[in-house]
Amino acid sequence: MVDILIDWLVALLQTLAFVVLAPLFASLVKRVKCRLQNRRPPPWLQPYRDLRKLFGKQVLLAETASPLFRLAPYIVFAVTVMAASVVPLFAVDLPTAATADAIVLVGFFAFSRVFLALAGMDVGTAFGGMGASREMLVGALAEPALLMVIFTLAMVASSTNLSTVVTALLHQGVILRPSLLFALLALLLVAIAETGRIPVDNPATHLELTMIHEAMVLEYTARQLALIEWAAQLKLTLYAVLIANTFFPWGIAEDIAPLSLLRGMAAVVLKLALLGMLLAIAETVVAKMRLFRVPGFLALALVLALLGMLSYNVLEVT
Amino acid sequence: MSSALLAVWAALVAALAGLAADRWPAPSRALSCGLLGISGLLAIIAAAQALLSTEAAALQLSLGLPWLPWHLRLDALAGLFLMIIGLGTLAISLYAPAYIEEYRHGPQPLAVLQIFTGLFIAGMELVVLADDAFAFMVAWELMSLASYFLVTYQHQHAANRRAGFLYLVMAHISGLAILLGFGVLAAFGGAFTFAAMRAADPGLIWSSVAFALALAGFGMKAGLVPLHAWLPEAHPVAPSHISALMSGVMLKVAVYGFIRVVFDLLPAPHWGWGVALLVVGSVSALFGILYALLQTDLKRLLAYSSAENIGIIFIGLGLAVIFIGTGHTALGILGLVAALYHCLNHSLFKGLLFLGAGAVIQHTHEHDLERMGGLLKPMPWTGLLFLIGILAISALPPLNGFASEWLIFQTALQAPVLQNGVMRAVIPLAAAMLALTGAVAAACFVKVYGIAFLGQPRTRHARHPHDASTGMKLAMGLQALACVLLGVFAAPTVALLERIPAVLLDARLPSATQLGWLWLTPIAPEVASYSAPLVVLGVLAAVGTWAFIRFWLRPRGKVGALRRGPAWDCGFGPLSPRMQYTAESFSQPFRRVFRPAWQIREELVKSPLESPPFWEIRYQSQLGDITWNWLYQPLARTIQRAAQQVGRLQTGHLRHYLGYSFVTVLVLLWLIS
Repeated sequence: MVDILIDWLVALLQTLAFVVLAPLFASLVKRVKCRLQNRRPPPWLQPYRDLRKLFGKQVLLAETASPLFRLAPYIVFAVTVMAASVVPLFAVDLPTAATADAIVLVGFFAFSRVFLALAGMDVGTAFGGMGASREMLVGALAEPALLMVIFTLAMVASSTNLSTVVTALLHQGVILRPSLLFALLALLLVAIAETGRIPVDNPATHLELTMIHEAMVLEYTARQLALIEWAAQLKLTLYAVLIANTFFPWGIAEDIAPLSLLRGMAAVVLKLALLGMLLAIAETVVAKMRLFRVPGFLALALVLALLGMLSYNVLEVT
Repeated sequence: MSSALLAVWAALVAALAGLAADRWPAPSRALSCGLLGISGLLAIIAAAQALLSTEAAALQLSLGLPWLPWHLRLDALAGLFLMIIGLGTLAISLYAPAYIEEYRHGPQPLAVLQIFTGLFIAGMELVVLADDAFAFMVAWELMSLASYFLVTYQHQHAANRRAGFLYLVMAHISGLAILLGFGVLAAFGGAFTFAAMRAADPGLIWSSVAFALALAGFGMKAGLVPLHAWLPEAHPVAPSHISALMSGVMLKVAVYGFIRVVFDLLPAPHWGWGVALLVVGSVSALFGILYALLQTDLKRLLAYSSAENIGIIFIGLGLAVIFIGTGHTALGILGLVAALYHCLNHSLFKGLLFLGAGAVIQHTHEHDLERMGGLLKPMPWTGLLFLIGILAISALPPLNGFASEWLIFQTALQAPVLQNGVMRAVIPLAAAMLALTGAVAAACFVKVYGIAFLGQPRTRHARHPHDASTGMKLAMGLQALACVLLGVFAAPTVALLERIPAVLLDARLPSATQLGWLWLTPIAPEVASYSAPLVVLGVLAAVGTWAFIRFWLRPRGKVGALRRGPAWDCGFGPLSPRMQYTAESFSQPFRRVFRPAWQIREELVKSPLESPPFWEIRYQSQLGDITWNWLYQPLARTIQRAAQQVGRLQTGHLRHYLGYSFVTVLVLLWLIS
């Protein structure tokens, strides 16, 4: 009974760590980008300052906004936090990983995307509709690729439970499976599309023709905007942790001894730092694509994921 | 069994009560709808009894032919589909009184609507209860004809008559195929009863023939692509509650017929049939949702979406047949349970969406999405319930649409156990197409909700509608509640549904609910587990934590109350509703990406005005179904040419006709001797 309680406590701690560390990861990416572009970066804790500023502001709502517009940020944030509880950050075999498996995780992302798109269309401006339309296009092409990556992992590990997948890949040793290589490449492409980074979407843009995510949340202010920004940072961190811990799982804690938990935390921080730097370099080196090149980009991700699945079924099944 | 028969009787008496609709409209309507409600309740009770019991109840009525009385039987499979019929009928009985008010002063008598609704429901209930081919076909015909009269209820428009005629023709072609299929089975079984067909063994070739005929017949009635042409024509034309019945219930009755033939009457399914089902289902799913995405007529969009969901059901059935055919019965049962679960789910959320569409159309008098907008404010309850329907059909957790698609994915993920390498490659492809379908469906329904209910009203009519009346709200609320309950309590639902394969195939799925009602673990707990109640609890906990932080640990500094202001307009001045996105503009990116899927005829006319350099530009685009050009038109041309060739027999000369009679007599004499 006590160990069940401790398990749930550690799971709660892991979710809290996710939520608290997400702005820090975004800050890391921004700082590396600034350094690469020869600018002076903002301080490390700037995203937290921004969130605090936004929470303290007065909410300004459009006259045409409906209750759905007001509720959407809370729903989006809550569902993203739920998704964060499912992904293993520094420990596997936690009870929250059994409540929702990897396919449900994709469902969570879809849920928050749908609500954000609906909120975008709510006020009745052209920006919102445009953002919603583009976001659903990117989502409609990225989600199947993500699902196929998950299928490849699930078939390799014989389970869709993320904890089990990470443990299985941890114990298989350092074998180079072609299916996993394809899946990793596909997941990298999908992560860039779904989190709205260059070359799919520019997170710092304010030109309407280049916006996808920013266009949907244009009308949000104060705490609602803070929650949506935080949810976006959390989503970015989630994808990064997914890539880091699934394909490079070494260092993650398999039991709940404090030492292993600390080691798991250190390992994931290191992996996230490397991934963050990689993302910043990619964003600086590559230019943003125009919208109708994005389907080609995502079709590549789809084909790679499909190749991963097929190569597993054809080459690696005994 | 007695409650099921009483349900049929109640529906028939409801039809009879409709005869008095012209003389005493209000009492007749109350009696009719009340009796339909009783029929629905009785059907639900009978279905619950059938699902929970292990024995099937059988009955023999002395109707029919002297040597072939009607056999009726209610087992667990029939029970599930009777439950679907009952739930749909109950919702309709609550919805109809207020909805058919708008037809009271129309050119057609209300009596027609009430009579044929009762006959339609009675026909569907009898189809599900039938235990021999004769009763089945009579009930099937009753169902088809009654629905034809309902589809052509507003026959003053030529387009409606055309749609109804297409529906009638395709219903009869499908009935013919089904009859031929039963004929094959009866030839080997020796009798027309299902018991005799079950005991027969036609061998692989004739089983495949029967399977192909059943797929063609039941598939055409269920709306499988490419035999779906009647679906997007007939659904928008019928009154909305009839569309809800047709789409939510009648298509499932067709699926019931197919499952009965393939899983019960035919001896052992062959895995090749499963591959065919998988291919047909995937194509149907993707085709249906891509066409739904580009529609701007609300009910036509929902009709194409029904074709998509039928495709998903057939993907589940295909996986079931593949796994059963290769000896992995437990996995096959998982596929069958997933398909049955999706049948139940689709009837609920599609019924809800059609009823909501009916409420919207009744109060705004607009069919076209492009002329709606901002309906959430004047119609809050309809908007809320429609939102639940949207979330359910887009397969978002923790609602019911997600649960059944999750089960289908879990079945598809077991592909590595198969020996055949081709099947191991085909199943992941089908799963990929299902994933694409689900994602595009979410986009489609975001479009529907965003354009119709959110934003600003686009036309005068959409500005001040009333919300739906109490009966309509109650009907939609019931279905929305069922969607939520069936999604959150997925494990108990699967526990109930796995009784059906236990009866049909004598095999169980013990692992799915072995950890209790909280966890759904289809194959084994360590392979996959999903707990919808805990997911809901988690989301509520997150919201609760935020509320706690916000209201108890208030941040320092006084935050003013909420303020309203105009939307951001870049400083160009007030925004008009015309500046919003329209349904067609929302789907334009998809139109560009998936261009080959449709037949889009575009017309651009540029004409110079009196004083150049000004031009008048007219752009018109028309969306056509490619199956018309690829399948239906060539087929129609072939039949017409063949008919012309046969018509050459009619030469008009008497001596040729006398010659035909003479040759016929000679041939008959030769045959007799």
